[in-house]
Amino acid sequence: MSESISTPDKPEPLPEVEDAKDLFSKFDPLIKQRQDLLDSGLEDPFGLVMERVLSPVTAVCNGRETILLGTYNYMGMTFDPEVIEAGKSALENFGSGTTGSRVLNGTYVGHKEVENALCEFYGMEHAMVFSTGYQANLGIISTIAGKGDYIVLDIDSHASIWDGCAMGNAEVVPFKHNDLEAMEKRLKRIPEGAGKLVVLEGVYSMLGDIAPLKEMVAVAKKHGAMVLVDEAHSMGFIGPNGRGVAEDQGVLDDVDFVIGTFSKSVGTVGGFCVSNHPKFEIMRLVCRPYVFTASLPPSVVATAATSIRKLMDAGDKRAHLWENSKRLHKGLRDLGFELGTDEPQSAIIAVIMPDLERGAGMWEALLKEGLYVNLARPPATPAGMTLLRCSLCAEHSEEQVGQILTMFEAAGKAVGII
Amino acid sequence: MDREDTKARIDTLIEPFNKKGVAITEDTTFAGDLEWDSLTVMDFVAAIEDEFDIIISMNQQAEIETYGQLIDAVTKLRGA
Repeated sequence: MSESISTPDKPEPLPEVEDAKDLFSKFDPLIKQRQDLLDSGLEDPFGLVMERVLSPVTAVCNGRETILLGTYNYMGMTFDPEVIEAGKSALENFGSGTTGSRVLNGTYVGHKEVENALCEFYGMEHAMVFSTGYQANLGIISTIAGKGDYIVLDIDSHASIWDGCAMGNAEVVPFKHNDLEAMEKRLKRIPEGAGKLVVLEGVYSMLGDIAPLKEMVAVAKKHGAMVLVDEAHSMGFIGPNGRGVAEDQGVLDDVDFVIGTFSKSVGTVGGFCVSNHPKFEIMRLVCRPYVFTASLPPSVVATAATSIRKLMDAGDKRAHLWENSKRLHKGLRDLGFELGTDEPQSAIIAVIMPDLERGAGMWEALLKEGLYVNLARPPATPAGMTLLRCSLCAEHSEEQVGQILTMFEAAGKAVGII
Repeated sequence: MDREDTKARIDTLIEPFNKKGVAITEDTTFAGDLEWDSLTVMDFVAAIEDEFDIIISMNQQAEIETYGQLIDAVTKLRGA
């Protein structure tokens, strides 16, 4: 290129940084939107640092003691003394990491123990543990639905489900959120003989609404489809045994694959799939996001196994979490906030903001009051909404829920939303 | 199946979605000219699927950039 030949006798033009085009140019609109937000003087909503964590529900963030209302730590297991003890013991006896894939040197006795705990928790034959929940969806969906098969899924599905679809070779057919009729129309039109997988979630994490699984699973089965349900946001407290929305609605036996995570109610990190399919174990050899990554550290699987066994028997905590959810939902509605659901359906309560600017302003006002919630915005949110997403914990006391409502009232008035 | 018939029916279907009143030709692009977001695309695709009793998977949608390409694809799917 002639431009690259240096001509020292001519004055060098100043480099025009703004016009430099490279592979990052596609991010310019997002960089500008973010910069505009920060220039308005707001704290960075995506740069929060927890300096100290005091309990499952309190931490020191940006120098302030803060009530945590956006952590998905639904059952508050992160500081459970038995869970911590199991992790310490595994760390001392098995070391800090496995340095290997599950199918090579990365399966320790602790990995088998946590899989056994999952089989017992769900009453299922098979359990397969992944290094994250994201990888569980990515791996199972991309592996079981192949070329010529059809995946029918809710348009509001989590990114890990979409990425599982994108990584595989199946035909991908979305339907309108929680719309049973739209789902059935699509299933009816799939060519004769093609394999079908319906992908649903128990709780949709943006608005905290649940799926009509009873009807949807029945329709999927009527059309000969296999059914995968992601129960990430329901494990531990929805359903008589905490198995999730499918259990609560009485259709767990008709679900072929349940996907879940250790990073919410279980209180550590990791993902899993449980199934009764007789050939399920072959997944361990063919599922690339399972094979080509290192397995979870021994301390993580030990904390997960201990936590899962305790969740089997956590009826009182479940009841308290539901009380918290109902009280916060009613309190926020009475204050005049617009919420994602008419009734509390899960431990997530989404407060709908009029726009990103006021949403970010409200988020910051709450943080200054001493409350952390999630700021969720497009494209992660449905219909371009800006949300303040609150996730309750069984360890939030009655008094703290009262404090939370007081903070919402003060911040909402300061920002002019209520 | 008849391309003219397909086009006439899609011309009617697209009207309520063309909120900006863009003059639509065979070369009009959905992302560029109509500036539709993903939810509008889903609703429009659902309307076409229901009208012709077909499936247009996301894989197939990825190949369709212009209005003319959409008419071709639907004509082909109706014949399949």
